Amino acid sequence: MNRREALFSLGTIAASLAVAPGLGAVELKGVPHDTQLSDDHMPQPAIRSGGFLVLSEAERRTLGALYDRLLPADEYGPSATEAGCLEFIDSQLAGHYGAGKALYLEGPIRPESELQLMGTAQFLASPLERYRSGLAALEAYAQRVDGQHLADLPAERIDALLGEMEAGRLDLGQAINSKGLFELLLQNVREGYLADPMYGGNRNMAGWKMIGFPGARYDYRPYIDRRGENLRLIPVSLIPAD
Amino acid sequence: MTYKRPKADAVIVGLGWAGSLMAEELTRAGLDVVVIERGPYEVTHRNFPPSVAADELRYGARREALRPPSVQTLTFRNHRSQTALPGRDLSNWVVGYSVGGAGKHWSANAWRFTPADFTMATRVKERYPHMQLPEGLIVQDWGVTYDELEPHYDRWEKIAGISGKAGVLNGALQPGGNPFEGSRSAEYPTPPLERSRWNDLFHATTEKMGLHPFPIPAGTLGAAYTNPLGINLAPCTYCGFCGFYGCGNWSKSSPNACVIPALMTRKNFTLLTECTVLKAEKAADGKTVTGVTFIDSDRNIGFQPADIVIFAAFQFDNVRLMLLSQIGTPYDPATRTGTIGRAYNFQTMSYGFLYFENEYMNPFISTGALATQVDDYNGDNFDHSDLGFIGGAGILALSDQATPMGMTDRVPAGTKLWGSEWKKAFQHSYQNYAKIQGQGTSYAHAESYLSLDPNYTDDNGQPLLRMTFEFNENDRRMARFVRDRIADICRQSGAKTWEAMAFPDQPFSPTRAYDSGHTIGGTAMGLDPATSALNRYQQSWDAHNLFVIGASSFPNNAGYNPTGTLSALTLWTAKAIINDYLRQPGLLTR
Ligand SMILES: Cc1cc2nc3c(=O)[nH]c(=O)nc-3n(C[C@H](O)[C@H](O)[C@H](O)COP(=O)(O)OP(=O)(O)OC[C@H]3O[C@@H](n4cnc5c(N)ncnc54)[C@H](O)[C@@H]3O)c2cc1C
Repeated sequence: MNRREALFSLGTIAASLAVAPGLGAVELKGVPHDTQLSDDHMPQPAIRSGGFLVLSEAERRTLGALYDRLLPADEYGPSATEAGCLEFIDSQLAGHYGAGKALYLEGPIRPESELQLMGTAQFLASPLERYRSGLAALEAYAQRVDGQHLADLPAERIDALLGEMEAGRLDLGQAINSKGLFELLLQNVREGYLADPMYGGNRNMAGWKMIGFPGARYDYRPYIDRRGENLRLIPVSLIPAD
Repeated sequence: MTYKRPKADAVIVGLGWAGSLMAEELTRAGLDVVVIERGPYEVTHRNFPPSVAADELRYGARREALRPPSVQTLTFRNHRSQTALPGRDLSNWVVGYSVGGAGKHWSANAWRFTPADFTMATRVKERYPHMQLPEGLIVQDWGVTYDELEPHYDRWEKIAGISGKAGVLNGALQPGGNPFEGSRSAEYPTPPLERSRWNDLFHATTEKMGLHPFPIPAGTLGAAYTNPLGINLAPCTYCGFCGFYGCGNWSKSSPNACVIPALMTRKNFTLLTECTVLKAEKAADGKTVTGVTFIDSDRNIGFQPADIVIFAAFQFDNVRLMLLSQIGTPYDPATRTGTIGRAYNFQTMSYGFLYFENEYMNPFISTGALATQVDDYNGDNFDHSDLGFIGGAGILALSDQATPMGMTDRVPAGTKLWGSEWKKAFQHSYQNYAKIQGQGTSYAHAESYLSLDPNYTDDNGQPLLRMTFEFNENDRRMARFVRDRIADICRQSGAKTWEAMAFPDQPFSPTRAYDSGHTIGGTAMGLDPATSALNRYQQSWDAHNLFVIGASSFPNNAGYNPTGTLSALTLWTAKAIINDYLRQPGLLTR
């Protein structure tokens, strides 16, 4: 985060002051002598309070059922929820990512040509809003069509729903682009499975162990000559957590 | 509040490769230089040491090092009959947003263009007098030649510590290098990187096919090195957190590691950070500019007067600043007149995706530029007489995909992308997948151009830049030819399955995975003010104390990454300013 963003997050006060309090352009002359790690460059790990920040229990039940069909427990590794993907996404949705801080959200949006021109559907809603509305629509669909909570449906039925979403065929009402929602869920569940464990997912580095990725290692010079060899490197996390 | 700062000899907008190299030259020549940079000050030890950088979620997936669309994005359409839409989420528009610019987090493929790339119009006339080029294709000489740029390429490589192996040294072929390259006056400053497993396989395969593989030049250093500015750089550790990441080791060439530490010690250098330049101000005589207006981090408006103004704000922003400052004539595709926004071009990609069996590619051993390439089908290195297109591609085995999230889609075509089927396939592919990239040339077209968007604005309320772009027939023919050469290599490689594709077979869109981020042209340099915005010194034809440096100057793109060439051009322009312009301000092409 730069200083401008810091000021704006204080609200509009700073921006509307006629004369800012003693600040002009940030002028640097000579080598800046700060040596400590910049605060806003420290990673922000998931809070491990055991509680959740934004997703309700009902939302987590629905989402967990979907995530565990996208990444089920099997011989290759634990399921998404076992690997911490709910903790991961809750933490992500509670922060800048969930708020869509990086997204350009000025209207108008033209749904009819977004996909054609941009190569992907685009949205004015933030990821948190898309999760909220998407999970509610899926739960409502299950209750209406199957007469049950989505989380109580058999695995094959959830797979069928996900398949329909992936193909863009599941009708979740005007407001929900089911294919776009599927892509968001798949992207995030994979992130939760493969991100550094400090973000709450990839518990025991299970995702990295599944494929043999050694994690946050920073020097492979001793190994470059061992081409084509199974190196069996033990993965490491940025902040040893487990 | 508005305020006026003390006058400078020169003000430079943006502190990436172009801005920092220009500032280094001008301050060394004694000029009082102010650089205005939109992003914050960032250095290795404070902002991206190894304990911070090795974070794929943050830098690879969320792309935190880049300028977010919320601050400024572009609008896009394929044809001018359409209404352009803004890119809302992450896309292939990968733009820098801090001191160091995109050079802080680039992948460091550190190329020179071939001599022919600068003079294709002349070349076509001489070598292919009967070739029918598609209607509307823009092919024009740059006005500067490879031979003129050679000393400046050499200087940049030495500042950056580029690793590699010369193929042609003072006209003599060298074993192990690229036999097709323009002649070099010196060997690379650091030795080539070690080859990855995949580089090795590709090398053996292409050599057997009679092609000429060589290690590509890389700004991931082959050895410890001290550059001409006295700065120590470290050898690359192949960590794989490279493109999109700042380097924690001082072992990837960047403005932050290679130039800015020296600049900061100079008394005649001033850096304003977190200030966005809104436009240059025109003088009453209409022939010069007086300085630049900017908005600072308190949202106050400042004016920086200067005798010389240099836009080094990246290709997109250079073109946008020209349009916002109303300097020169905006391009009009209906009449095909005007030069600002004209000659917009890109990079035409082809790919081979290969899947082996029982391999350990160990993809995590990687740099952004760990590659073996063949140039047999690049530029004008082969005879195009009966081919119906100009240009070609560098074809390379690139070991740049190290981290897992970015590889989740790399499973053989037709594989289900979720469930146990995907987990199984991904586990297998992670060690068995490999990639061949065809990084192709791009020639501009009369219907592809940049302009200001009439509907959407940035966080300062200024119009976004609008891109109107579609691949042209020359791109399509070239890319299909390259795709077929890639397929030949795939077939010989021993891969179990593979697919080869030419990107222009689909309409262009800004979010297609694996497409290039190399966006080029819009303020082309050249010899004729009717078809170029800048003369051969990157000096505005319309305001002689305004210079515009960056890939925005290239009338066409070569089958290589652009940064080596924009850096060499920057040094060429710096020399012209110091040796000629300062003595007698005015158009340098008088
Ligand atoms: C992930 C990635 C990988 C890449 N890999 C390669 C590669 O392997 N090889 C290669 O050759 N190239 C590569 N590139 C491209 C390369 O980074 C750029 O070509 C190069 O850095 C451009 O340098 P520049 O100085 O022209 O612009 P930049 O480095 O973008 O610098 C421009 C600066 O201007 C600032 N600025 C913009 N607008 C304003 C304004 N209005 N006011 C004030 N400041 C402003 C920006 O904040 C920025 O810091 C890559 C790019 C990315 C993002």
